[in-house]
Order: sequence, then C-alpha cells, then structure tokens
Amino acid sequence: MDSIFDIFLLEAVLNGLLLGGLLALLSLGLNLIFGVIDVVWICYAELIMVGMYAIWWLHSAHGVPLMLAFVLAIAFVAALGAAMHHFIVRPVLNAEPINQLLVTGGVLFLLQALATVAFGVEFRNIGVRLPGVNIGEMSFSLSRMVAFGVAAVAIAVTYLFLNRTYMGTAIRAISQDRTIMPLMGVNPSRVYLLTSAMGGGLAGLAACLLVLQYDVHPAIGLSFGPLTFLICVLGGLGNLVGGFVAAFVFAQFISVGGFFLQLEWGYVIAFVFFIMTMFWKPEGLLSKRR
Amino acid sequence: MKPMLQIENLSAGYGGFQALFDVTLEVRAGESVAVIGPNGAGKTTLLRAISKLIDTTAGSLSMEGVRYNERPAHEVISLGIAQVPEGRRLFPRLTVEDNLKMGAFLPAARAMHDQRLQMVYSLFPRMKERRLQMAGTMSGGEQQMCAIGRALMSGPKLLLLDEPSAGLAPVVVQSIFEVIRKMSAEGYTVLIVEQNIQQVLKVVDRAYLLEIGRIRASGPAAELLASDDIRRAYLGV
Repeated sequence: MDSIFDIFLLEAVLNGLLLGGLLALLSLGLNLIFGVIDVVWICYAELIMVGMYAIWWLHSAHGVPLMLAFVLAIAFVAALGAAMHHFIVRPVLNAEPINQLLVTGGVLFLLQALATVAFGVEFRNIGVRLPGVNIGEMSFSLSRMVAFGVAAVAIAVTYLFLNRTYMGTAIRAISQDRTIMPLMGVNPSRVYLLTSAMGGGLAGLAACLLVLQYDVHPAIGLSFGPLTFLICVLGGLGNLVGGFVAAFVFAQFISVGGFFLQLEWGYVIAFVFFIMTMFWKPEGLLSKRR
Repeated sequence: MKPMLQIENLSAGYGGFQALFDVTLEVRAGESVAVIGPNGAGKTTLLRAISKLIDTTAGSLSMEGVRYNERPAHEVISLGIAQVPEGRRLFPRLTVEDNLKMGAFLPAARAMHDQRLQMVYSLFPRMKERRLQMAGTMSGGEQQMCAIGRALMSGPKLLLLDEPSAGLAPVVVQSIFEVIRKMSAEGYTVLIVEQNIQQVLKVVDRAYLLEIGRIRASGPAAELLASDDIRRAYLGV
C-alpha cells in the first residue's frame, strides 16, 4: 500500500514539474515586459487567447496545416505585442502606474469583447488531442510533456539571447538606465518595441501549447491570467529567475496539494502560500534590487 | 587645420529654461580641451547638447564638417563622438564585461569588440580582474575606469568626459587625471568638463571658461592657469 502511495506522490510531483514548465513560460513574457519597460500588461493572458483563436481560425476553420498555423499565430501575436506597445503603452509611458494599469486593463476587456463578437461564446477546440503516456504505474499527459519540453527550450533560448547577444544585453541594460542608452548608439524606442514583440511572441508560443490542452473561449484568459500575474509577483516582478523559480514552487503546491486533498484545494493552498509570502516578503521570493 | 568638433553660436536649455547662450567652441584632432567653470555654469548641459541628449535651440554642431543638429541622439556615436557621462552612469547590475560590451553596441564596433577589449584591459588592468563583477559593487574610481573603458569600446574619434573627478578620493583623482594625460599623449582627442580647475589645466592643451551659460575666456591651458582673474576667482590664490 505504501509503495503505491509513493508512486502516486511521485506522479504528482512529476506532473507538478511539467505544469511548472508551462507556468514558467506563461510568466516569462509578462515578466520580461515589466522588467524592461516597467509597465504591467494586465491583458497578457488575453494575447494568449487571441493566439489560441488564431490557431483555431487558421487550422479548424480554414484548413491550414497545424504547424503552419502555430508559426503564423506566433508571428501574429508578436506583431500584436509590438502594436500594443506602439499604440497603447507608449502614450502612457511616463504616466502614473495606475493609469498604465487601467489602460492595459481596458485592452483586456476590449480583446474579450472583440473575441465574443467575432467567434461567439462557444468553446472551440482544434480537435487535436494527444494521448496519455504510461510509465510504470504512473500516467502523464503527452501534451503536458510536449508543453514542458517546448517551454524549457523557449526559456533557454530567451536566456541565451538576453545574455549572449548585443540586443539582449541592451534589453537588460535599458531597465537599469534608460536615459543614457543613446550614448551607446541604442535607440530606446526600438528596444522597447522589440521587447514587446518578444513578449507577444512568447504569448503566441504559450497559445500553441495551451490549445493542445484546452478549448478556447473569450474568457479563457481569466483562468490563467491571474495565476500568471501571481507567479510574477511571487518571484519579484521583473525578476526573470525569480519568476522561473516561483512557477515551479506554485506548480508543486497545486499538484502535490491537489494530490493530498482535491485538485481545487491545490489552488487554495497555492494561493494561501502566495498571501503568506506577501506578508513575509512583499518584494517577492527573489527580489529585484532597485 | 580644420577642427574636428565645431560648435557655433549654440543655444540650448531645458523646456523654457535656457542654459547655454551663443556658445562657440572648437576641438581639433589630437587636441585635449577643457571646459572649466563653476557649478551650474552649463558645462554638463554643453556635453549633453553635443551628444544630442537635449535639443539645441539655435546655432550649429558639426563633426568633421558634417552638421548634425537634426540627428537623433543614438546616431551621434556613429559620428565618432563617445561620452563618459556625469556620475559615470554604469549599468550597476551588469558585469564589467557587459558594460564594456554595451559600449561596442554599434555594428561597426562589434567587429572590433575583442581587440578593443584587450586595449581597455591593458589601459585598466583592474578592469580585467573585475570583469565578472557587477559594476555597481565597485569603488568610485574603478567605476570611472569602467565608464571610460565603455566609451572607448566604440573606437571614438572624440571622447567627451563629464566631471571625471567628481566624488572621488584625492588619490583616485590623481590616477584618473594620469589616465587622461596618458590618453591625450597617445593621440586621443578629448573634450573634458571639470570643476577641478587646477588639476585639469595641467593635463589639457587649451581651455574655455564657461560662466552662466556663456564662454567668458579661452586660451592655452598654461595661459589660463597663470591668468590673475582665474587664479583669484577659482583657485583661491
């Protein structure tokens, strides 16, 4: 009996790990944008929703091959991220943070409304369901394993880009001192635009992974948007490494907590942990020094 | 000989506040020139205007005969003008190596990155020891060396230095001026803004005196150092 219990616990831990990879990817784009531009995109999860609709529209409604639909959706959401910066964020770049929140929050409702007008409130799915995988007595979802692998690669590529390339170094530098960037020949507006497009591209990639597991509907952003935001705050807003760690911590609470109690209780435990952490370390687990 | 940097009748300021009036100044290739003057005279504003960090309201800025008033700030460095800003302004949470890398951001400079990095390390051996350290954790003198190194990474024709001695201990100030003297001896063209008038006049060829946004005097450094007005007003003798 004991060993069966251990195996199910191990399964819960491993499933938590898989979930953590996906959550880490979800928080990466939001965190990157905040860390560099200092504006929180409240509507980040709605960009993912747009990406999921784009894949459904291309693949299910117009017969575009799935892989091509994925690539087009990523490009589209990246362009949407750049547009979001150019038209929405740039005019309020020097405004009060509350105004910035309200503006990006407004985009959340706008995108939800547009999705409802365009596609209705029905749940749409692309009709692709990957099978489960059994390892010994444990069972895992293949789509979660794929999501974990793709997320891990995307996070690693982003990390290398930020640390090895000139543009990546400029992205890290601009968050520390925006006004002197021109002295190095860097056009700050271009760096912001590129960062926003990257954040959008990551949202598009997340859409590809989520559309394999979930149906898309206009309010789907609400089911993981708050979670994404909490993970960023837990890790210290703008701290990419902190967000990465926090995603795995959160996922373990959800998965292992859900194993000992019920799935819904996993979320409750995770949120209680979040609130406790905010009392103990309001700046996040790994705070970004200011 | 034609000047490298030529500033004619320049006016500039911040919003409604005018900080520079009708400033005319030139720097020839290979020269080291200082702009001296009291606090609030507009020295930093002048360097900010030369780098186009603020807009000019009248007059002209030319580098090697090319007028560049209308260029955006991020294109000035490609004319060969690099600036070490006031207060050093390193990226505190980037390593020394990454700070230097930012200096070589321009595509033309990237190709020369490794070569210039070795040049900076031989000029400042301390930077090589500290290359993986976060720039914000170094001492003021070390940060100043890193800031100068970052500007040199672009391979500038003209180096602008804004108050390089500010906030440093006297012995460190000595070594920074020694570096500036060495650089001008090696043929760098330097325009330096300083409040430390006695020290800077010993290392530069010529100087301009800036007071309340206007050029009040100019001439060879030795002449200004000997001038009674300057000795009385700024050197306290």
